[in-house]
Amino acid sequence: MGDAEPLIRWDWIGRNLPSIQQQALDHLVMAVTPVLLGLVLALPVGLACARWRALYQPTVGLMNVVYSLPSLVVFIVLLPITGLAERATVIIPLTFYSLAVLIPGVVDGLAAVPDSVRQSAVAMGFKPMRRLVLVELPIAVPVVLAGVRVAMVSSISLVSVGALIGRGGLGYQFIDGWQRQFYTPIIVGIVLIILMAVLADGLIVLAQRLLTPWARARRGT
Amino acid sequence: MNWLTDFFGDPANWSGPSGIPVRLLEHVEFSVAAFVLALVVAIPLGLLAGHTGRGGVLVVGAANAARALPTLGLVVLIVLLVGVGTTWPVLVPLVALAIPPILVNTYEGVRGVDADLRDAAYGMGLRGGQVLVKVAVPVALPLILLGLRLAAIQVVATATVAAYVGLGGLGRFIIDGLATKDFPSAIGGAVLVAGLALIVQLAFSLLQRVAVSPGVSRRVTVR
Repeated sequence: MGDAEPLIRWDWIGRNLPSIQQQALDHLVMAVTPVLLGLVLALPVGLACARWRALYQPTVGLMNVVYSLPSLVVFIVLLPITGLAERATVIIPLTFYSLAVLIPGVVDGLAAVPDSVRQSAVAMGFKPMRRLVLVELPIAVPVVLAGVRVAMVSSISLVSVGALIGRGGLGYQFIDGWQRQFYTPIIVGIVLIILMAVLADGLIVLAQRLLTPWARARRGT
Repeated sequence: MNWLTDFFGDPANWSGPSGIPVRLLEHVEFSVAAFVLALVVAIPLGLLAGHTGRGGVLVVGAANAARALPTLGLVVLIVLLVGVGTTWPVLVPLVALAIPPILVNTYEGVRGVDADLRDAAYGMGLRGGQVLVKVAVPVALPLILLGLRLAAIQVVATATVAAYVGLGGLGRFIIDGLATKDFPSAIGGAVLVAGLALIVQLAFSLLQRVAVSPGVSRRVTVR
């Protein structure tokens, strides 16, 4: 690599903008889907764990084991089933990582509901299902979303490892840059991934503000 | 399962500079070095921020931002910039990966120590530093150890990426296996890395049992 090689070649970015956009979109789908799937699965599992506490320790233990499996390892094990360069090969392991973060979030969130609030709801004649949806889940929102933030940022970052098995969204830029000993794609990939994570994080914080209007009202008084 | 016996049953995989023992040792070396470096940076910062209550927003914010760093991209970029030959370019991304969980959990742990407990310690005549070491750290220990465990597991898992830029470690079996369509080797390497991560997980569970004072662990709610 000579001194003439600049860190970033802007003209290269210009020429490759369409494929970068395509990869960014692919990246976004592969990163967001696991978190949404994880949330959909974590809610019933978390509810069950909060309801029957005996389930909690084994579930968390199992999730800890899943969490300790390197993503690349799970990609490889899934390859014969889901196939090389398929979105599912990336999405399935990341869904399990999201679950590992989100289940404790849901359980802790529900545990954070004050007993007096729960009893008030019962006294007002709320049936369990209505109490859960209208009272307990809204109060659990901040704790659950704290988990969603971690899951989302990690997921966005981890998708790039999928490039090693042929499907990694912006991670492909790392492979491309390495194979051609060329800085620009690598920097483009890193910057876009961090940008995507920061934007997603900001959106979740915004969602939290919208979902918990009472938090601001209380601070205001 | 045939793939596994193909890989682990082949004596050629057990000896020489690219055998399982050598690769395992390389993997452990990277991981330990990165973990210790992260420890040296994150623990003092976390204790300081947690004890003084200053810089909390900065600590948590920076740690969250660091979570977004794509390790593969960093490894490739740093190795391109400084060249292979030494292993430290790989250590930088691994350390960046390990710092956030240690830093945040140490901060939150010390920060979350009951104010009454601190007051009691000051009342008994302990100074600031003594309160931190004798009261806050033991109480925060479960959370600190959880952070250390998460960091260690992530480092062990991610150190596989080092193989992509030609460095050693168990990732070599995976990356080389994928490149040459030698799936027994890739799966075998994957099993080795997963096993190592599980051993780390187990070691920290044991450490937790030994190191955390019984007075503290009884009060800790399930996590």
